[in-house]
Amino acid sequence: MEGEGAVALHLLSIVGGKGESILTNKVPGYRRKEMLWAYAFVAIPLLGFVIFGLAPLIASAVLSFTKWDMITPPEFIGWANYSGMFGDEKVYKAFFNTTFMLIHVPLGMIVSLLLAVLMNRKMRGISVFRTIYYIPVISPIVAVSILWQWMLNNDFGVINQTLWNWFHITGPNWLGDPNWVKPSLIVMGLWGGVGSNMVLYLAGLQAISSTYYEAAEVDGASGWQKFRMITLPLLSNIHFFVIVMGVIGTFQAFSQVYVMTPDGGPEYSAGTVVFNVFEHAFSYFDMGYASAEAWVLGVIILLLTLVQFRLSKRWVYND
Amino acid sequence: MLIRRRLNTAIAILILLAGSVIMLAPFVWTISTSLKYQQNVFDLPPKWIPNPMTFDNYRAVWEAVPVLYGFLNSALIVVFVLTIGLLVSSMAAYAFAKVSFPYKDTIFMCLMGTMMIPYSVVMIPQFIGFSHLNWVDTLLPLIVPGLFGNIVVIFFLRQFMQGAVPTELIEAAKLDGSGFFRTFATIAMPIAKPAIAAQAALGFMGIWNDFLGPLIYLHTTEKQTIQVMIASLKSMYIGSSNYPMIMASSFIAMVPVIIVFFLCQKYFVESLAISGLKG
Repeated sequence: MEGEGAVALHLLSIVGGKGESILTNKVPGYRRKEMLWAYAFVAIPLLGFVIFGLAPLIASAVLSFTKWDMITPPEFIGWANYSGMFGDEKVYKAFFNTTFMLIHVPLGMIVSLLLAVLMNRKMRGISVFRTIYYIPVISPIVAVSILWQWMLNNDFGVINQTLWNWFHITGPNWLGDPNWVKPSLIVMGLWGGVGSNMVLYLAGLQAISSTYYEAAEVDGASGWQKFRMITLPLLSNIHFFVIVMGVIGTFQAFSQVYVMTPDGGPEYSAGTVVFNVFEHAFSYFDMGYASAEAWVLGVIILLLTLVQFRLSKRWVYND
Repeated sequence: MLIRRRLNTAIAILILLAGSVIMLAPFVWTISTSLKYQQNVFDLPPKWIPNPMTFDNYRAVWEAVPVLYGFLNSALIVVFVLTIGLLVSSMAAYAFAKVSFPYKDTIFMCLMGTMMIPYSVVMIPQFIGFSHLNWVDTLLPLIVPGLFGNIVVIFFLRQFMQGAVPTELIEAAKLDGSGFFRTFATIAMPIAKPAIAAQAALGFMGIWNDFLGPLIYLHTTEKQTIQVMIASLKSMYIGSSNYPMIMASSFIAMVPVIIVFFLCQKYFVESLAISGLKG
């Protein structure tokens, strides 16, 4: 294991110069040994970070300035991939579709918070509900997408059939109509996602001390006022987590689109950015263009996340 | 007041019941369709209980694709990544939580940075790298990166160990002459067991349900994970509207993860709640 420690140490001396200080005699022997062990313990994940994170990140940035089909040698083309995206209708649509899908985040928050409030009572059997709402969360997205594609079938899908039989409504051609594809995906996403946020909200609700509510009752607060003034703000750290993760997740949506609308849907109304990147990389083998688009997506995600962290200082309470 | 409270509870239960029907109906519909003959699938109005009923669709799936290989391939990735990857992650988490060493925070922040990199950015260079190694169409590109540990797991276990593993206990073990690795293995690991189990449960779900990675790398049917297998089965049979068979395959892909969920439900829900609150 001593050898591994040395490797870690070497890596560190690359990262920063001061790493050698633990080799001097100022540090007592037992501490030095302990530090070497600690470096050995973190060495493998650090190595993984360099090989599978940092190196591909740099490679991807370089690739984004080239034209490369993986067969002929790569050709440096400057900013052409980036400027090419401005004239690419599918890229526009992909970014529009992905942004549109963000509606799913607030909708999901409302539904899951409502469910959590309904579920937050001491009663036997309430955990059965929790399990039921959680099953879609753990179900494979591929299997789920396949079954929703069947349920959303225009002529024979159970949803349109039921709409007609119960309410005499002619349901839309969910996955065949450019205006309905995204709402379909959002509904499916809600069904599959509310369970996980609900569990988070439930944990948050249970952590709120009942003294707040008792004090409010003494002051004669109504149920809505208590919810608005106590529950909502005290859940702010969970709102924040749900929004950040929801935005990141929405921007990376791929599988449901690939399975339900393999061509990106009618008029490319379902194609997301990752779906478009996938098409360019693994259908057209245009690695440079795909890398450039992936970078644009990565930068957008990074900026959005940073902005949210900035804004969070104004509205997230940390006790 | 009491009556009003009871009424509220009754309304809540009613809404939750209605919601449960919506949550479960798609699964019931999957099973129902998978047990129908193809000519009955388009019967109007739709029948929830198939009559006549048949199990032939499951046999048809079994004969059309090597389901067993699909399970085996998914399981192989799960086993390697969860055993070695979780051990590596726990070791790193222990060092971050309980030992002080120079550049600890810098290293930790570097690792945290990986969380910010979307897979779509690194997937292309990774694919190029793995194709140079001739690893395309093998499970290696899906296993090997997982063996280096996972920062989300490290973060979660570090939080847990900071609170749950008493420093006095570690110091006492050191005084008794226990080495670094032994202290980790005999003191920290047993205490962190529930947290590790929770991460194993979540890890299983994530790996089993993963699609984009396996889709990029696995091309030969016998080498595909179960998810890629059923996705390609769907695209093969959707043209002939063989929905019973498609639904049977999709049910097959769901069963293992649902069984695991019911067996370790506690861990799933708990870990999600903890990671959410801490994050």
